[in-house]
Amino acid sequence: MAKRIDVSGLSAYYGATRAIEDISMTIEPRSVTAFIGPSGCGKSTFLRTLNRMHEVIPGARVEGKVMLDDENLYASNVDPVAVRRSVGMVFQRPNPFPTMSIYDNVVAGLKLAGVRKKAVLDGVVEKSLKGANLWNEVKDRLNKPGAGLSGGQQQRLCIARAIAVEPQVLLMDEPCSALDPISTLAIEDLIGELKSQYTIVIVTHNMQQAARVSDRTAFFNLAGVGQPGKLIELDDTQRIFSNPSVQATEDYISGRFG
Amino acid sequence: MTSSPPAAARGRARRSRSDSRLGDSIFFNLSRGSGILLLVIMAAIAGFLAYRSGIALSKDEGNFLTTFEWNPDAPKPVFGIAVLAFGTIVSALIAMVIAVPVAVGIALFISHYAPRRIAQPFAYLVDLLAAVPSIVYGLWGVLFLVPHMDGLTAWMDQYLGWTYVFDQTQAGVTPRNLFTVGILLAIMVLPIITAVSREVFRQVPRMHEEAALALGATRWEMIRTAVLPFGRPGIISASMLGLGRALGETIAVAIVLSANSVLSLHVLDPGGGTFAQNIALKFNEAQPFGRDALMASGLVLFVITLLVNGAARLIIARRKEYSGANA
Amino acid sequence: MSTATTIADSTPQLRRNLTTARLPKWAPAGVALLSIGLGCAVGAGAGLASHLQWGIIAAALFVVLSYALSARVEGRRQAKDRLATAVVWVAFILAVVPLVALTFYTVQQGLEVLDGNFLTHSMKNVISSGPGGGIYHALIGTLEQVLLATLIAAPIGLLTAVYLVEYGRGRLAKWVTFFVDVMTGVPSIVAGLFILSLWNIMLGFDYSGFSGSLALAILMMPVVVRSTEEMLKLVPNELREASYALGVPKWKTILRIVLPTAIGGITTGVMLAVARITGETAPVMMLVFGADAINGDPFNGPQQSLPLYIWQQYSMVNNDFGYARAWGAALVLIFFVMGLNLVARGIARWRSPKGGR
Repeated sequence: MAKRIDVSGLSAYYGATRAIEDISMTIEPRSVTAFIGPSGCGKSTFLRTLNRMHEVIPGARVEGKVMLDDENLYASNVDPVAVRRSVGMVFQRPNPFPTMSIYDNVVAGLKLAGVRKKAVLDGVVEKSLKGANLWNEVKDRLNKPGAGLSGGQQQRLCIARAIAVEPQVLLMDEPCSALDPISTLAIEDLIGELKSQYTIVIVTHNMQQAARVSDRTAFFNLAGVGQPGKLIELDDTQRIFSNPSVQATEDYISGRFG
Repeated sequence: MTSSPPAAARGRARRSRSDSRLGDSIFFNLSRGSGILLLVIMAAIAGFLAYRSGIALSKDEGNFLTTFEWNPDAPKPVFGIAVLAFGTIVSALIAMVIAVPVAVGIALFISHYAPRRIAQPFAYLVDLLAAVPSIVYGLWGVLFLVPHMDGLTAWMDQYLGWTYVFDQTQAGVTPRNLFTVGILLAIMVLPIITAVSREVFRQVPRMHEEAALALGATRWEMIRTAVLPFGRPGIISASMLGLGRALGETIAVAIVLSANSVLSLHVLDPGGGTFAQNIALKFNEAQPFGRDALMASGLVLFVITLLVNGAARLIIARRKEYSGANA
Repeated sequence: MSTATTIADSTPQLRRNLTTARLPKWAPAGVALLSIGLGCAVGAGAGLASHLQWGIIAAALFVVLSYALSARVEGRRQAKDRLATAVVWVAFILAVVPLVALTFYTVQQGLEVLDGNFLTHSMKNVISSGPGGGIYHALIGTLEQVLLATLIAAPIGLLTAVYLVEYGRGRLAKWVTFFVDVMTGVPSIVAGLFILSLWNIMLGFDYSGFSGSLALAILMMPVVVRSTEEMLKLVPNELREASYALGVPKWKTILRIVLPTAIGGITTGVMLAVARITGETAPVMMLVFGADAINGDPFNGPQQSLPLYIWQQYSMVNNDFGYARAWGAALVLIFFVMGLNLVARGIARWRSPKGGR
């Protein structure tokens, strides 16, 4: 069910400010693509244009095309709500719904879609939590609030919530930046397992993480403060980290700036 | 102060230290005294009302709770709060039923629906509306709202008369009834309920809203899953603050309602009364004993509003975060 | 895993196509116009006298049509979303209607009598059932009563807030906090009753502007405490600690550092409290008594006040001349209260403490 993403000529704006400019790239299915780059280079903004979350910020808009296999997400007859159902998202800070139990958090998306059958929901909860490597830790307290879990568990709960609706693509916006090293490791392992089923895109500040988890890496940069961010290059992770074709990438990776 | 400073400086230091101790203790006691004074005032209000009520109740020939009429200055004083309690509660309930959903709607409009250019000025306007004195609401209520209620009242009688509650038994009278009072009270408490709910809705963490949206929720589903559960305690306490105001509103009710001592479930028929309105209207003509009787009814109102407000504050306090000083 | 493949297939809600039939952007506006048109048509057709009914018909039509249209074209989830949007907009309109009606009507009626003569004359020797007369005595009375109430309530309220924020720990502070909150909800008529039984009946003082001020002060105190407390809490702790580190005693720190930092917000709070008590009618009605002539002495004899004047012109005169004067006074009162509000909020914006939250 994983799908290929084809972006062409994409620019995103906050009001009059252009945050990213003219980005084109192809993201392969059943693989992990990492976005790296200095702060403010627009990698998170770009990620949010891939499931039309960018436009929920007042005044924000997007130009260009994002093809999910053969459908343009920004075509006029496309419903952004349907897009977000197909392209799931995990955020920087774990954000389980504080008023809901673990169980209800996982099935939140399905319930919105009108799935009510208890047997179906039970099955999805078990499968998703297992998929997020959380089942064994929480199976005895599914009715406890999700906010009572540790940070790493909460983040895996959020991943379970995202995969419960069976999206085709999973976007992750610095999913480990608020977590300790052990939880980070657990999430990274999970990403490795999930890529057999999903197209995964991950934004990260941590270059070792990009090198560890991703198959392909995209480097973003900006010409200066207040300038829009641009895609510098996208290549196999191994090449980016060993022998990048652009000097700026090498400078960034070897820690000369950023 | 390990080295030995010159004597003069040492003396100055000591003096300023004792100055500061004196200043501190004066200032501390002054501010603590103010706090205690507030407590004393509250206790005194309760105490005085209770004392005067005691005098009144001991001579009441009727049952204070179940008697309809209010004749404390008759040779045989007979007075009770049945009609007043009924009118107070019914009018406040009507106000709540109308005001709470509308206020939550307005608060959502300001926080999540309105274009930003409209939202800010409109929030401001709603706040200003809260400042309009109740006497002005009253005047507007009786001279503008009441005449405009004619059609609506007839309509409700026609289509909803079968509910008994909305049956108008006296046709063609001016609708200076509990229902109109309820609508006026709803308009009066709207701003406060809106303001508090709006603040709570604005505090909903953006990440919870985005979590819902990223799951493919429509705007309404996002509000239902992320905003309303988070805001529920805020809505409840806001409503109770509004309820407290509606229960205690005096002058607007006194102007609009044509009062009598009939207890009737037909809210479209003129008549009935409320605690505050009864006090305001009967006060000037009352004898000393009649005033004691009014104070007894005032005490009941005081206790009711105290309970409602206390409950509201407890709900708010449970979720208040600490900020700034003495953290 | 067997359920995995079936969920998406078995539940049509999870179907994968991104394109759905959608209503055009102008649809809500179109539905609104259509509903208003239909509302007016039905209202006029059925000969309904009250425009309130026309509006209600239009609003109901708007909500129902939005839902029905969307449910037909876009599906149930979108329809529910449209329904919620429609209801929220109707709530907005419902709030605007009384606001506009109240403002418009008060200004329209009030301007008819409002002139120099009205502002500078009392009701002395004016036959109240006829035209003429003014609100000068009421203006004087209101200003004096509110000023006295502020002089009593503001210092006490301020000091209490200082106690709660700067010193307050332990039981007493908790009790004070709770009862300040409860006191905010004391009905104004109850405050009036209390002063009446204590000041006028027990201590034997006569009706006067001052006894009205006492009741107003009771209503004002908790409001001042609340707002001052909020403002003091916004003063960052670093400022206090910096001052203590310089060896400045606590009381001087509060007077010289904390209060000046928060003074903008405190002023705003006091002004909003003043605005609130200016419009209070019930306690004034019991305690000030109301007089037709100018009485500049708030400590002796009955005075007049604006809200009370409105009440008397409405209920005792009870004819068109009385109504007209009541509207004039109401307009002046609204101007006064709104003016205080606007100035107070202006100050708040201009001198809000930086930092803090």
